[in-house]
Amino acid sequence: MFGLNKKDTSLFFLVLLLVVLAPFLLNPFPEGSELAQFNAGYPDLMQRFLIFGIFAIGFNILFGLTGYLSFGHAAFLGVGSYAGVWMMKLLTMNVIPAIFMSVVFAGLFSLLVGYISLRRSGIYFSILTLAFAQMSFSLAYSVLTPITNGETGLQLALDDPRILGVSSENGAIPAANFFGIPMRESFELSMGGWLFTFNAGYYLCAVVMMIAFYVAIRIFRSPFGMMLRAVKSNQQRMNFTGLNSRPYTLAAFVISGMYAGLAGGLMVAMDPLAGAERMQWTASGEVVLMTILGGAGTLIGPVLGAGFIKYCENIFSKINDNILYDWFAALPQGLADFLVFVIHPFIGKGWHLTLGIMFMLIVIFLPGGIMEGVERIGRLFKRKSSKDENSTARPKAAPAE
Amino acid sequence: MDAILLQILNGLDKGSAYALIALGLTLIFGTLGVVNFAHGALFMIGAFCAVTLSRLLSLSFVTIDETQKDFLGNPLKVETPYVEAWFGPETGAAIIDWSVPLAILFSIPIMALVGLLMERGLIKYFYKRPHADQILVTFGLAIVLQEIIKYFFGANPIPTPAPDVFAGSLDFGAMLGMDPNIIIYPYWRIVYFLFAAVIIGAVFAFLQFTTFGMVVRAGMADRSTVGLLGINIDKRFTVMFALAAVVAGLAGVMYAPINSPNYHMGMDFLVLSFVVVVVGGMGSLPGAVLAGFLLGILESFASMAQVVALLPGINQIIIYLVAIVILLTRPRGLMGRKGVMES
Repeated sequence: MFGLNKKDTSLFFLVLLLVVLAPFLLNPFPEGSELAQFNAGYPDLMQRFLIFGIFAIGFNILFGLTGYLSFGHAAFLGVGSYAGVWMMKLLTMNVIPAIFMSVVFAGLFSLLVGYISLRRSGIYFSILTLAFAQMSFSLAYSVLTPITNGETGLQLALDDPRILGVSSENGAIPAANFFGIPMRESFELSMGGWLFTFNAGYYLCAVVMMIAFYVAIRIFRSPFGMMLRAVKSNQQRMNFTGLNSRPYTLAAFVISGMYAGLAGGLMVAMDPLAGAERMQWTASGEVVLMTILGGAGTLIGPVLGAGFIKYCENIFSKINDNILYDWFAALPQGLADFLVFVIHPFIGKGWHLTLGIMFMLIVIFLPGGIMEGVERIGRLFKRKSSKDENSTARPKAAPAE
Repeated sequence: MDAILLQILNGLDKGSAYALIALGLTLIFGTLGVVNFAHGALFMIGAFCAVTLSRLLSLSFVTIDETQKDFLGNPLKVETPYVEAWFGPETGAAIIDWSVPLAILFSIPIMALVGLLMERGLIKYFYKRPHADQILVTFGLAIVLQEIIKYFFGANPIPTPAPDVFAGSLDFGAMLGMDPNIIIYPYWRIVYFLFAAVIIGAVFAFLQFTTFGMVVRAGMADRSTVGLLGINIDKRFTVMFALAAVVAGLAGVMYAPINSPNYHMGMDFLVLSFVVVVVGGMGSLPGAVLAGFLLGILESFASMAQVVALLPGINQIIIYLVAIVILLTRPRGLMGRKGVMES
């Protein structure tokens, strides 16, 4: 369907189903119960899942397919965010022009950066992208303050022109909307002890994410995607066959930059402000972590990685010692004290420590990320059930390198 | 003239730090072929060695002095550091005052141990893996080390003063017969520069004039041939990794008085040091040192008021700009060797 083969179609619909039903699926615990803190079904977090999912899908098109490790992708997200906020300041609070211009500006900027950076490969490429990202970060903080509003971050104001819209509505800044539907609007459904929130912004993100995912599948399965894989496996051989790899890698770079811009635009659509810290190289590192954690070079891996990191970030940083004591209430006091003492560094503010350790373990033992883990477990079961039938099951996706 | 001299001097201390870190990075890359993103973390651990030692030395016990009263009329509690009790007040105070230079001795075994553990425990398994994997795993390690330090020392910078002797500034202009107070330069920065020069000299001398260094250089040039001669080159490279860790650590220890150590100082320096290594040429030790000083001085020139007025923001981006230009015009860097990182 839609030019996808059977397997991809089912994957696409599976993702679609998950995304549409997410407000139910992510809220498995009734309101007010002990476990309600593990619920992730509130709009802000669900939006972040999808937005970072888009970001990671885009990064994966570059890193997963061509193997070029960019350490500067956050710059495109930042540029996209700034472009989006400016559209809202100048034109209208409708999110469509904002998102569109985010993609365009991020695309142009990534064209410039990619054109220069892709002259080198390997570590040199990583350093060049890092240098560009740090440069834009520093500039956003200093010289470009008239455009970026420096440390405060770019925000909407009451006296913005907004040519196609209104500057202010009843003395307040008008809300970001999609042809009149405010992004913040939610429909709440209360069923028994459960409270499900269906947020307009979330479903806008969902539609955009599904389109982005569909485009990514098509890229993966296209001859163009094949070329990108060829760049990864052996660029020299590709050159020997008379193909110039540069246009292909540049196209991949710009596409992934546009995905980052799209993510930035959506961020603005959900919450109309933009700050330079979005461009810092640690932010670029985060998307690398998401992609690797999920599984670089696989279709769905980056989305899983993004969701996993954002979920853990949210949950781990919420847990504190009191909650731990609640859990271990059944254990003897001494043992509970000891367990809390051991776990304490990894929760709350120590969440980055957990993330770092998790990331190292993944890189060391499971270079293909979560997807490789799933596949290994799958193979284990398959081999057990049909030992004589098909003993040489091969992994479908090559592990990322 | 005086302005130019001042900027050169200002660039020297930052340049020294860049040069030391870049030297360690290049040592690791040249010997083991590993891109170490955790090198900035080693620099930071060094700085926190200084913090730890100064805290250890000022550990005190409390005595109640009946002869003195505090403002409420209660007997005054007097804290006496153990070192003052053991060595007498004067010597003890001097030891506390000199905690940063003493931390040099304190940090060498610690950094060597950290380096050995890192190499044997983790990096060893990544020689055969692609560079991207090495970058990723050391990046993860850097996050972990940084968070561990943050857990123990908190997120705020910790002031670690230099000994009182070096507290003032040298009136460099007056020495050269210019008006006083034009070129003043803190003593500690001079110390830092001299220290860096000694360390760099020592590393080069070690590589150049000892048998061990000769074998290491041979291994850098052709690892397999050295192995065929029956020399256990891996063992020597492990030592070189520890040495690189010590160099980064010492750079951190001495940098503590210049910039109060905080847990993310390593990351801040790491990005710049990588740029320095790339500008100097991957795998070239003299290149790393040269580029370190060059970029440090360039950065301080770019932050001159006149330059900033002409090209606003240039001081923030000059290093990256230079790196981009160098990489595009001289892909091997200033003094890069042929065949390093060229697939």
